[in-house]
Amino acid sequence: MSEQEIFEGVQEIFRTVFDDDEIVLTREMTADDIEDWDSLEQINLLVAIEKKFSIKFKLDDVKNLPNVGAMLDLVKRLAG
Amino acid sequence: MNPLDYPFDGATLLQKKRSLRRELLQRQGLVEKKVAILSGSTIGEIKNMLELFLLNEGIKPEFFVGGYGLFYENLVFDDGSLAAFAPDFLYIHTSRKNIKELPLPTDSEEAVQAKLDAEWARFEAAFEAAKKLGCAVIVNNFDPPTHRLMGNRDAVDARGSVHFINELNARIATYVAKNDGFYLNDLAYLACRFGLDNWFSESEWYLYKYAVSMQYIPELCHSISLIIKSLLGKNKKGLVLDLDKTLWGGIIGEVGAEGVELSTETPGGMAYSEFQQYLRQLEDLGILLNVASKNEESIALTGFARDDSPLKRKDFLCFKANWEPKSENIAKIAQEINILPESLVFVDDNPAEREIVRQQLPGVVIASFDSPEGMIAALDRAGYFEVTALSADDAKRNEMYRQNLQRAAAQQSFGSYEDYLRSLEMTAELGGFDQPHAERITQLINKTNQFNLTTRRYTAQEVEALLGNPDAVTLYGRLTDKFGDNGLVSAMIGSVEGDRCTVELWIMSCRVFKRNLEQAMMDEFVRRCAAKGVKTIVGRYLPTAKNLLVKEIYGTMGFEKVSDDPAQTVFELDVASYRRQNEILTVVTKD
Repeated sequence: MSEQEIFEGVQEIFRTVFDDDEIVLTREMTADDIEDWDSLEQINLLVAIEKKFSIKFKLDDVKNLPNVGAMLDLVKRLAG
Repeated sequence: MNPLDYPFDGATLLQKKRSLRRELLQRQGLVEKKVAILSGSTIGEIKNMLELFLLNEGIKPEFFVGGYGLFYENLVFDDGSLAAFAPDFLYIHTSRKNIKELPLPTDSEEAVQAKLDAEWARFEAAFEAAKKLGCAVIVNNFDPPTHRLMGNRDAVDARGSVHFINELNARIATYVAKNDGFYLNDLAYLACRFGLDNWFSESEWYLYKYAVSMQYIPELCHSISLIIKSLLGKNKKGLVLDLDKTLWGGIIGEVGAEGVELSTETPGGMAYSEFQQYLRQLEDLGILLNVASKNEESIALTGFARDDSPLKRKDFLCFKANWEPKSENIAKIAQEINILPESLVFVDDNPAEREIVRQQLPGVVIASFDSPEGMIAALDRAGYFEVTALSADDAKRNEMYRQNLQRAAAQQSFGSYEDYLRSLEMTAELGGFDQPHAERITQLINKTNQFNLTTRRYTAQEVEALLGNPDAVTLYGRLTDKFGDNGLVSAMIGSVEGDRCTVELWIMSCRVFKRNLEQAMMDEFVRRCAAKGVKTIVGRYLPTAKNLLVKEIYGTMGFEKVSDDPAQTVFELDVASYRRQNEILTVVTKD
């Protein structure tokens, strides 16, 4: 799966979860940049990403995901 | 398709919760209710999903969410905030993870027993504290453990976790059965249904303290919402069933009664036969069975004449086998048995028929299944008929509706409506609320929508509190006639303040509208008010989408309209000038 496909897939999930079609992801984006992105939504995003890319995160995978870039890299590593 | 109707896709709901919520909040006529959720583990999405399912039932919840893991403290040491919130419903979200001490292989028999008693004492104390809130309380039992130290022996040995949890679950079930106002959300069943390995995720527990894996939170919340909507009178009341390929395999008009698949000797026949048996059991719960089928009636009936057919013609109330559009037949069925089309569930294998009904009668719910072996699950898991109370009247409901159809037939032969009413030889038993009738009264209060002046709902505890209350005037009505006993079908509650009495509630089952019971009830209510020194009775009409029928009823009984605005119409009656209305029913009063 290409980086572009992963990026678009993850961006689509963000747009659906936050009910905002204008979200444009950047690698540097963090929870501070999206108002509703709290720890609860973090779980929701991760579960949606698991489902979309048919992957399963391990405990260690999700302990430290400082920004969108780290999320994209993680998906790339598992689904790539 | 409405994404929240069963069978829903949990993942979609979790992702689209914001847009779904936005759309649902725009619906008209939402009923506001206060729901407290207390936590044994992370609540997070539970609140969001429960909100969606309740909104989908027309209920707009206002939430109180307890502190993380503090269900016991919030209840037993309530700082007053929970009581001040005054919830209509309380859900205590506990799970196996809230058991503090499971038994160990080294424990003595006494030690295991002591642990069991200590665990139960903690939950019982929490339940007892919840009881004092006077609202409906929904409690979980415990999901089975994910691992078993002793393997299979864990279920047999008192030192096994499986055995221990089974014992605790039995105590919870006993408690719920004995305490009015308590309802079990069967977490153990849900965990089995979806599989323990799916239901509980170790990583989601370690990371987020979710005791139910996120992907099953929608199912958990659907289950809770079923209890709440049932208590609020939002259960479906009946089924409209197709025949060919729904109640039997094949087309009876082509292959004849002996040719359709219904015998338990073939796999397909077994599926249809078991579905019919399931329907017959629903009938015992008081669910009304009806047929809408494109068939010649005489031929359709031969299917039910088969010896091995579990259902017979007598099990159905309305039997529409003709070539009219099904949407019209369903509308006629609703009219004949006098219930709203939205109280009916349509069961038909044919997607084209479903679509026509969906478009023509948008309120009717359509069961979703794609093969005969999926039909029972389609009805059962959707929870259309979730039972929160089961009274003796339920089992007789089909019979009562059947008698009603006979009455309607009899009515045709009388010159005037009054002659017809007299011919019914009706007797009304009217009495104040008492213990033996309390459960049925509560049930009736919470499911009556059409003849309901205020649509105020009462919990079992609120009804109990009225018994013997000197400031309350209560009245139930039971109606019997030559066709049979209609059961307890009407109730009134008035609150007395000085020389004024306000009618807080007046309801009547749609089965007995316009049988002069309205008049007999008011006669007796006025008599009881007068005996308490009441000079003025205040009646209010609060409009809903369903109760237009009774908008002017007070006006027809000697009340004066004193104010009229969109939120409520208020009427007053001068007790001294009231004239007795009922001349038709024989009345027997009980105190």
